[in-house]
Amino acid sequence: MGSLNIENVKKAFGPVEVLKGIDLEVVDGEFVVFVGPSGCGKSTLLRVIAGLEDSTSGRVLIDGDDVSVTPPAKRGIAMVFQTYALYPHLTVKNNMGLGLKQAGTPATEIERRIKIASAMLSLEPYLERRPAELSGGQRQRVAIGRAVVREPKLFLFDEPLSNLDAALRVNTRLEIAQLHRRLKATMIYVTHDQVEAMTLADKIVVLNAGKIEQIGSPMELYNSPANEFVAGFIGSPKMNFIDSAKLGETAKTIGVRPEHLTVDAKSGAWKGTVVHAEHLGADTNLYLDCEKAGLLTVRIFGVYNAEPGATLFATPDPAKTYRFGADGRVLK
Amino acid sequence: MSTATHSLPRTIGAHAVLLTYTAIALFPVILVIMNSFKSRAGIFGAPLTPPTPKTFDLIGYTTVIGQGDFIHYFQNSLVVTVASLFFVLLFGAMAAFALSEYRFRGNTMMGLYLALGIMIPIRLGTVAILQLMVASGLVNTLTALILVYTAQGLPLAVFILSEFMKQVSDDLKNAGRIDGLSEYTIFFRLVLPLVRPSMATVAVFTMIPIWNDLWFPLILAPSEETKTVTLGAQLFLGQFVTNWNAILAALSLAILPVLILYVIFSRQLIRGITSGAVK
Repeated sequence: MGSLNIENVKKAFGPVEVLKGIDLEVVDGEFVVFVGPSGCGKSTLLRVIAGLEDSTSGRVLIDGDDVSVTPPAKRGIAMVFQTYALYPHLTVKNNMGLGLKQAGTPATEIERRIKIASAMLSLEPYLERRPAELSGGQRQRVAIGRAVVREPKLFLFDEPLSNLDAALRVNTRLEIAQLHRRLKATMIYVTHDQVEAMTLADKIVVLNAGKIEQIGSPMELYNSPANEFVAGFIGSPKMNFIDSAKLGETAKTIGVRPEHLTVDAKSGAWKGTVVHAEHLGADTNLYLDCEKAGLLTVRIFGVYNAEPGATLFATPDPAKTYRFGADGRVLK
Repeated sequence: MSTATHSLPRTIGAHAVLLTYTAIALFPVILVIMNSFKSRAGIFGAPLTPPTPKTFDLIGYTTVIGQGDFIHYFQNSLVVTVASLFFVLLFGAMAAFALSEYRFRGNTMMGLYLALGIMIPIRLGTVAILQLMVASGLVNTLTALILVYTAQGLPLAVFILSEFMKQVSDDLKNAGRIDGLSEYTIFFRLVLPLVRPSMATVAVFTMIPIWNDLWFPLILAPSEETKTVTLGAQLFLGQFVTNWNAILAALSLAILPVLILYVIFSRQLIRGITSGAVK
């Protein structure tokens, strides 16, 4: 239990169309991540699933039941928000229990579920505290705990890690991954951070301008992006796009990932000058200004010494080079 | 003491300005209180000196307490002020919540319409209000005053509170919706406590003009039963003879309750004024 079907959902705010017909199927137990740039409609889509926004047209089905007109509290969902959204006047325990209390769950059952959830998220020492007395990471764990105790069919996460600092983000990400493994619940997670998307998801939904660009597993999206947008969005540093006209190719654009370029001081396909080098220890990112291909990013594993101004030759791996047509789609 | 952020001349300058302003603001209040403890001859002989053993006299206070039903007037003022304040805050906050939270056709126009009252003085409508009160049989009742003051206070309350309510996190309200709280519970339990400082600001701005008002009590409720303190003090203001001792004593007493209410709200008020500035 915990499947989700979205059928041709559209959402417009006045004349502005935010969602332009979304179709999606999520099976029970799946971890689905919506990813896309700001304003692509991913949060709106999550709100439509939660029932916090009404869709302009289309249907939302949870476990096969049409919930398009069901209020959020009756949809069997739980949501974790970016800003935690804890009730400031309630203790951690009451924050977690409020939803169940509203639904008329017996007190002993509420107590039992809070106990399990707080053990799972190591929140036991804080049960009597108020949100103001907790750190950011603890607050987000309480918010997750509040979702867990509801035992929902569907967990919804709205950029839950955006307000945390880098170290906590990694820890909490891990906790969410473990939670998913333990509860085997269906989770839908919205983020603009592709690292979160790649590390957490069973299935990634890439959204752009209110439309789904591609749905697939992280590796599918990385290895065979459907179009230029997905190719550019997934992967860091971003894929290099080269105007084919300069190379005398038939396709509109050639794409090659920074990690699929090799450099050599003496010979190679594209001659260029080093503009800047970023030394990260494990990787080195070189920015090469090439005569034919324009500015390229090259990612080299390990340490590579290159001074700005030096001349280098970059060569793409032909098996991992993508060709895009005029409409942005990948040409086979 | 001279550090990077404090220089002595600047500190002295700032304090000089603040002290001058304080002196100007407090001067009339101190003059009233000082003279209320003096005999008639003392008031007219040397109005700017504090009471001396020779001029000290409680005649003003004994007159006020002895003559006229001042306790009753106080009670009327308090009932009117507190009841109006309650309704202004309740309805103002509810309207502000609706305007800031829900998208509906004409939302902006409705907000402007409700704020229009800030610019148009309610006293312009006195004749119509009096006719209305006569027609509905509310003349000489405290209800009339409460209704008028509620109307008078609402525009500013809606205007200020809707700005503050826009700042309350949407996520929090949505979390409440997912937990199955009703819109009323969300409003009373989640939103109102968070805008408490701004409620206090509105309360102070609303309360003081109501307490001090002479106009509407004089027109709508001048009967002995419904007199407010400011109207009651007029008792001592004659066309030919004015009992200054009694008036000053009455005014001094009238400062007290409003001062107490102000102290109650002021801690919240300061937070209301500075919120948004610091965080």
